[in-house]
Amino acid sequence: MKHLLSTHDLSARNALRLLDVAEEMAAVGDREIKKLPALRGRTVVNLFFEDSTRTRISFEAAAKRLSADVINFAAKGSSVSKGESLKDTAQTLEAMSADAVVIRHPASGAPARLAASGWIDAAVVNAGDGTHEHPTQALLDAFTLRRHWARVGGTPSAGTDLTGMKVLIVGDVLHSRVARSNVWLLTTLGAEVLLAGPPTLLPIGVGAWPCTVHYDLDDALAQRPDAVMMLRLQAERMNAAFFPSTREYSRRWGFDDGRLALLDALGLDDTVVMHPGPMNRGLEISSAAADSPRSTVLAQVRNGVSVRMAALYLLLAGDPHDDVPEQHDLPALIPEGRTP
Amino acid sequence: MTVPASESGIHKRVVLAEADIDRALTRIAHEILEANKGSRDLVLLGIPRRGFPLAQRLAQKIAAVDPTVDPDLIAGQLDVTMYRDDLRRHPTRSPLATQLPPSGIDDKVVVLVDDVLYSGRTIRAALDALADLGRPRAVRLAVLVDRGHRELPIRADHVGKNLPTSSRERVRVHLAETDLIGGSAVNEVVIEDRV
Repeated sequence: MKHLLSTHDLSARNALRLLDVAEEMAAVGDREIKKLPALRGRTVVNLFFEDSTRTRISFEAAAKRLSADVINFAAKGSSVSKGESLKDTAQTLEAMSADAVVIRHPASGAPARLAASGWIDAAVVNAGDGTHEHPTQALLDAFTLRRHWARVGGTPSAGTDLTGMKVLIVGDVLHSRVARSNVWLLTTLGAEVLLAGPPTLLPIGVGAWPCTVHYDLDDALAQRPDAVMMLRLQAERMNAAFFPSTREYSRRWGFDDGRLALLDALGLDDTVVMHPGPMNRGLEISSAAADSPRSTVLAQVRNGVSVRMAALYLLLAGDPHDDVPEQHDLPALIPEGRTP
Repeated sequence: MTVPASESGIHKRVVLAEADIDRALTRIAHEILEANKGSRDLVLLGIPRRGFPLAQRLAQKIAAVDPTVDPDLIAGQLDVTMYRDDLRRHPTRSPLATQLPPSGIDDKVVVLVDDVLYSGRTIRAALDALADLGRPRAVRLAVLVDRGHRELPIRADHVGKNLPTSSRERVRVHLAETDLIGGSAVNEVVIEDRV
């Protein structure tokens, strides 16, 4: 793995390896000294052309816990607002010898352009590009789902995938890079994905995706999903009328108190409610649902740091000019029970 | 003790058989108890992969001598991948689990356990990893095989067998818990050399 650009071309083997490394990284977060020396002397640049709180902070915490130096670069207040191009910005970073560039950009494909252009030698991590992909978000969702699935099944999470799990993704799929990345990754890991949303907020060609599409949220919930992932209504990307009113959207597509009660009525005791954040409380998710024991919102944020540590570690720790895949000639020790 | 060279042109010599390994571990277990004047505050941390089963076996043997010891509560695993000084020289290695006994390592006597002591760099990494996890009262080192060629000022307190080797040779430890050779679990220490 040289870059992490999308989950579409991520193999099940690489995805599982990343999740397993993240499991070990999570253990570091529980220690008194939450720092590892693995990336000492490496420089990670957070290149954010779009607003973000949790993703940038999460990447910054991840890089710092691995002892890397972090440079934060926000487009506002930089020379980008004076008209500097992506190429010139990239070459400036190359001249400062960045080892990894974490990029968020409003244009779909900007990270892939940066990785393939030859402008820089650094590893490129996609932290969200336009309406294309947000791979680390999908990986942290998969990590959260895998832990939940392992807890329900009473098995250890390391080394397992999501086979047998049913995940329902609800809302504004059209503008959501989180939904796209999740559809590819979760199906790669063996989960069954269901989409639900108003036809105006589902992309053209959704029928060709490896998932089933529902046009009624209550019907979709009756399919007994193991997890319900609510997407944020992306008002900033909407330049047309996709639905009559936010009130109607909330009624038909919001995870409100009534639908929270419906999960209980259906006997779905182990179904969790996810949200990538930031939440529009009272619109796509009610406060009661967001703060209920079913909600994994805070666990997702916590797991985000572990997953991003794993991604940076796997991209940066080894010999950059040696792409030989690691040989796994030995069975893993203490996979079960996790007690010495 | 010499077995015929395999078809790949590698000369193999078994230097410790199953019974030899068992005797060496029994002696090390007694040495650890003697040096520590009992089992008080003892924690055995194995370095993956083969140090961990060795630490478990030592804990069993210590428990056989001192019945107050629960072997599951004094053996653990310490992963040193992130602390290695050669991370950049190899393709990325996946870290393995670090599992400390529930008592933790603060103010304990930690015995690091590994299969082969060679350059000493793994032990240096282990000492750094320990420092991030707590502050043991003392740290000791037990190894099954010391093959020499140290590159750092590190020595073992308890050694199963000193094996003078050439740096061209490879010392391989096979344990039933980790290795399947030809479909069967074996316990042996082998020296391999290209003919």
